[in-house]
Amino acid sequence: MRRIAWRAGELLGVLFIVSFGVFMLVTLMPGDPAVAILGEGHPPAEYEALRHELGLNDPLLIRYWDWLSSAATGDLGRSLVPPQSDVSDRILGALPVSVQLAVMGLLIALVLAVPLAMWSAAHAGGAVDRMISAGMFATLSVPSFLAGLLLIMIFANGLGWFPRAQWVRIGEDPVGNLHHALLPAIVIALMELALFTRILRNDLIVTLKEDYILAARAKGMPPWRILVTDALRPSSFSLVTLMGISLGRLVGSTVIVEYLFALPGMGSMIVTASGQGDFPLVQGAVLVIALVYVVVNAGIDLSYGYLDPRTRRVHA
Amino acid sequence: MPSEKRGTRTPHRTRDLVIGAVLATAGLGLAVFGWSTSLLVLAGKAALVLAGLVLVHQGVSRVLQALRGRRTDLIFIVSVVWLVGLILLALLAPLLPLGEHSDVATTLLEPANMAPRLLTDHPLGTSSQGLDLLSRSLHGARTSLMISLMAVTIGTLVGGSIGVVAGYFRHGVDSVVGVFTNALLAVPPLILLIALSTVLDPSLRNMALALSLLTIPSMVRLARANTIAFAQREFVMAARLMGASRFRVMLRELVPNVILPVVSMAIVMISALIVAEASLSFLGLGIQQPDPTWGNMIAEGEGGAMEDYPHIVLVPGAFLFLTVFSFNLLGEKAQKRWDTRSAKL
Repeated sequence: MRRIAWRAGELLGVLFIVSFGVFMLVTLMPGDPAVAILGEGHPPAEYEALRHELGLNDPLLIRYWDWLSSAATGDLGRSLVPPQSDVSDRILGALPVSVQLAVMGLLIALVLAVPLAMWSAAHAGGAVDRMISAGMFATLSVPSFLAGLLLIMIFANGLGWFPRAQWVRIGEDPVGNLHHALLPAIVIALMELALFTRILRNDLIVTLKEDYILAARAKGMPPWRILVTDALRPSSFSLVTLMGISLGRLVGSTVIVEYLFALPGMGSMIVTASGQGDFPLVQGAVLVIALVYVVVNAGIDLSYGYLDPRTRRVHA
Repeated sequence: MPSEKRGTRTPHRTRDLVIGAVLATAGLGLAVFGWSTSLLVLAGKAALVLAGLVLVHQGVSRVLQALRGRRTDLIFIVSVVWLVGLILLALLAPLLPLGEHSDVATTLLEPANMAPRLLTDHPLGTSSQGLDLLSRSLHGARTSLMISLMAVTIGTLVGGSIGVVAGYFRHGVDSVVGVFTNALLAVPPLILLIALSTVLDPSLRNMALALSLLTIPSMVRLARANTIAFAQREFVMAARLMGASRFRVMLRELVPNVILPVVSMAIVMISALIVAEASLSFLGLGIQQPDPTWGNMIAEGEGGAMEDYPHIVLVPGAFLFLTVFSFNLLGEKAQKRWDTRSAKL
């Protein structure tokens, strides 16, 4: 319990710093934000009005406090670009799309990585294992936007298996939703798949050298059963840690894939907003992403201690 | 790889030579055929080229093994050659007799969207505006490498020193540093870059500074962990007993030991930074046209151009892939050698 309380305190501190950093973004903007938003050549009164509306005339800490307290109640302000919609509404509309894509990507990666890694580890050093290893190492070097473009080129345009640049809400048409989300999710899954397979294969090979595996073998258990029931669980700890570490990259590839496939998620939103200098939207989105990210990461940390009894007493 | 036979001179030397040569030639033939044939769709061509390259690799490895009597890591050699060549060409790019890379006004008479043809003025083809893709790729390499190297240097120096200080003093300093690194890690890398690019001009300097922020937290952690481990060793104790100042202990005893794992991490990071820079430029938030980078060159293929002229994506894509791959391989080797602990993750 003490450990959880300690973590929660640390989390709050981290979020506080992040929110301050996010808030300070505006002050990094060269020149006057009002001029940047309206463009030049307006009467001075208009700039003054906008500055007042944005609260730019107040001292920094007061502005920060105003911003943070309204953010805490779910009010993240309004977008600067017409139709100046509510930032919270925009985020609530976009978040489910991104979460669905990221989760699908992660699941695809896991579902493929586990059997691939088991096959590789069981036949370590063989031709197939070497091909899988080399293929995975190469996949790690393909940035997700490049992988996405290549897959679009081959599967959407060349073979016509998948539709492009459309999104069907899961509430309207679950099958259509899956069909549209599949190719983007595969792109997201690729990089994670490569990492997961590599790490799980290496851990499995180490586990398979343990004495109790030898004992199971001597008893005459079939090799696949040894792999599934005896070797997989003790080998999966670094995989779980890795999932926490790779979460950041997962968010990154989700952003890229949404942009690439023109899907209405957080990624497309933040990229467009950033290009337009729409900083309230960027600030709100970064804040929400950081919040989700930190909380999920903390969850993984705790579950890791739960999965592996050895780590419970150690203060990380 | 440890399981492979080393130093055994194969008894069938001539046979291996012949088989290797045949394999390599057949592979080369297959790759060239796959590249140039017009009978197949792109996916088939790519598969043929890939199969051909695998055959070439097998063949050349065999020949080398027969000639040298031991296994050679061919891919590693190719990677190093690629990186050295790329860096040299990128450095010399302004001096080389290359086509135009950014000024559209001078290329009005050049063919647009020309597919790669090796023995012409534009060996890697031209863009939709008639700019030479070889020249653009090499100038893109200049930008990419310069930004990433600057960023990794800043990140290593700043992050490394903070890490050593935090690891040596522990307690208060350590906690403060820890919270700040956690805060930096609390924003996913690409999101941090996008947020920064909202307010900063996408100049070389700003890009390098923004990217260096990505490297600092992991550098701090790595340097800190290694410092803690080394600070407990006898030679540090000896130095302290002999009256060395804290500063001297850190600089003369700890840094030389911490630097090896940190540098191998830095090599691995270069490839991540190249990808990050390319991603940002691909999203239109990094280096802007007409200045070429691999990311914004690949972005030119979006919106229909890629269907008709795949080379617009494939040429810069190949540069990006080969470079990232080579740095990854190099970094992995370095980590295996100098940093056994973090090589696992």
